[in-house]
Amino acid sequence: MSIEVRNINKKFGSFVALDNISLEFETGKLVALLGPSGCGKTTLLRIIAGLEQADSGDVVLDGQNSSTTHVRERQVGFVFQHYALFKHMTVFDNVAFGMRMKPRKERLPEPMISKKVHELLQLVQLDWLADRFPSQLSGGQRQRIALARALAVEPRVLLLDEPFGALDAKVRKELRRWLRKLHDELHITSIFVTHDQEEALEVADQVVLMDHGHVEQVGAPDEVYNRPATPFVYGFLGSVNAFHGRSEAGKLIIGDQHLTHEESTVQHGEDAYGFSRPHELQILPDIEDAVGVLATVVRVLSFGVNSRVELDGVGAVDGQHFEVELTPDQLEDIKQRIGLERGQFVRLLPSRLKLFSRDSAQQGIK
Amino acid sequence: MSLSSALEPVKPAYRKIAKRNYSVLPGFSLSLGYTLFYLCLIVILPISAVFIRASELSWPEFWEIVTAPRVMASYKLTFGASLAAAAINAVFGLMLAWALVRYTFPGKRVVDALIDLPFALPTAVAGIALTALYAQNGWIGQYLEGVFGIKVAYTPLGVLVALIFIGVPFVVRTVQPVLEDLETELEEAAASLGARRWQSFYYVVLPVLTPALLTGFALAFARAVGEYGSVIFIAGNMPMVSEITPLIIITKLEQFDYLGATAVAAVMLVVSFLLLLLINGLQAWTAKRTGRSR
Repeated sequence: MSIEVRNINKKFGSFVALDNISLEFETGKLVALLGPSGCGKTTLLRIIAGLEQADSGDVVLDGQNSSTTHVRERQVGFVFQHYALFKHMTVFDNVAFGMRMKPRKERLPEPMISKKVHELLQLVQLDWLADRFPSQLSGGQRQRIALARALAVEPRVLLLDEPFGALDAKVRKELRRWLRKLHDELHITSIFVTHDQEEALEVADQVVLMDHGHVEQVGAPDEVYNRPATPFVYGFLGSVNAFHGRSEAGKLIIGDQHLTHEESTVQHGEDAYGFSRPHELQILPDIEDAVGVLATVVRVLSFGVNSRVELDGVGAVDGQHFEVELTPDQLEDIKQRIGLERGQFVRLLPSRLKLFSRDSAQQGIK
Repeated sequence: MSLSSALEPVKPAYRKIAKRNYSVLPGFSLSLGYTLFYLCLIVILPISAVFIRASELSWPEFWEIVTAPRVMASYKLTFGASLAAAAINAVFGLMLAWALVRYTFPGKRVVDALIDLPFALPTAVAGIALTALYAQNGWIGQYLEGVFGIKVAYTPLGVLVALIFIGVPFVVRTVQPVLEDLETELEEAAASLGARRWQSFYYVVLPVLTPALLTGFALAFARAVGEYGSVIFIAGNMPMVSEITPLIIITKLEQFDYLGATAVAAVMLVVSFLLLLLINGLQAWTAKRTGRSR
């Protein structure tokens, strides 16, 4: 089922949680609502579910305006961050709850319910826990039961509010993969809220980035990561090296130095910031060249999959901090060619530089 | 190695013992000893005195005193009215607690404070106030009797009213914290699963509240059984009709019938104890059934 929200506004007192949000969610897609806490993503999800009412605007489910439909008639499955399992019921009764609450005429006979519950429990691979109480389960198991419970009423859409937020890192990764697999089997239109960019990029078909009640960018994971539309998106999806300067004839002028950048809408002569990811910076030994910026090596961190070099800006970029990410091979190579001693002067050259005007860039650097 | 073996003999002997029974929560024997001592001194000793004193009577004598028609009628009134009052308080106390926890309204804190008033008020004051209200010429009584023909003061109904009054805080104060801790997410989950409002109350909220509700019920009941001050004013104390068991005991004492008084008291004690045991058992059963005790 498709979901559409049109011109949604929501205020809590004087705090604007959602500012004129319009979005479309395609049928069968798994979409992530991504943003920092307080950006309005959970509020939007709750409005779609009907757990909260928008001040103005419409929620359109399957082409039908459902803004005034009660949550129990919207046929949405909702999964809460803290599971919200009924503690006084067994796992079986929890999953069966939705089916048993139906009006007598629509209700399945108990043997059918039982059969369906076991099917759902098999789907989430926890059939053997049917007689346990929620308090006897681990966090990951509880969340899978919560999901099975939501699926039991055959929802038209699945809404998950930070489903892995309360779990530890390892279980989170596992469940993430499992959710993706489950979605590939069921193809139910799903929206999940998260503040973890890695989670959103890894799991979702489409990512909606939100900040301060606004939608910043909508797109496929590789699209938003590689072509961030706004400085906020750039900054939120990964580490940023920022270069402050003036845009002139397709170049970013920083004191005596200058950098070349990608195409941008920044006007000639305007104050601007160039953004570059840590793996897009090259370390070069010749400090006489006018292209690039100068820096001194502060620290080389060589553990993990990628090594990091931390540097401090010199001259026109004095007081700034830069971070370069390298593969261990690259690091070895550079060490042999240049040395990379602490305090050594080097030149940093971005292989890719995205330019944003000064005003819009301020929030991305934060 | 040589150093430690050299030190070994000097190790004080008590260390070994202390180590074996070491616990992060010290003072078990002290606190248990104190608990038992206090319980004996304050609760068990006076209670056993009742039984010891009552045992001075021969069995037929005892039986005659405690089964006298007037005494029997008073048991019925005391336990019946107490159970009824506790049950009514369970229902309306739950509603009060619900309103106090779930909604904000002007004067909420005042209402919250008022709930405790029956705890603090001398029971005689409550009795006099209630009598003034419900008497034939009282504010409420004149209309109740004049318009509806319902007599409250000096009837068993009056006893019930007084017992409801003094029992209000128990249910509210036991249910309130549990209700406060109840996540609204549970009800949201129930609603998203298609449950109607009453279904989510009955299947999701009530089971969570039941143990606390039963505790409140038991407390209100226990208080009502022992209530004396507020009841005697409004009850009218007509033998066989509106006379409560505590009053029978007092009457016997005033007639210097100490043995008779203790005999009735012993019966009250046993019945109260059995009823409380039953309620506690019920509570443990619901707690177990709802998976809380695991």
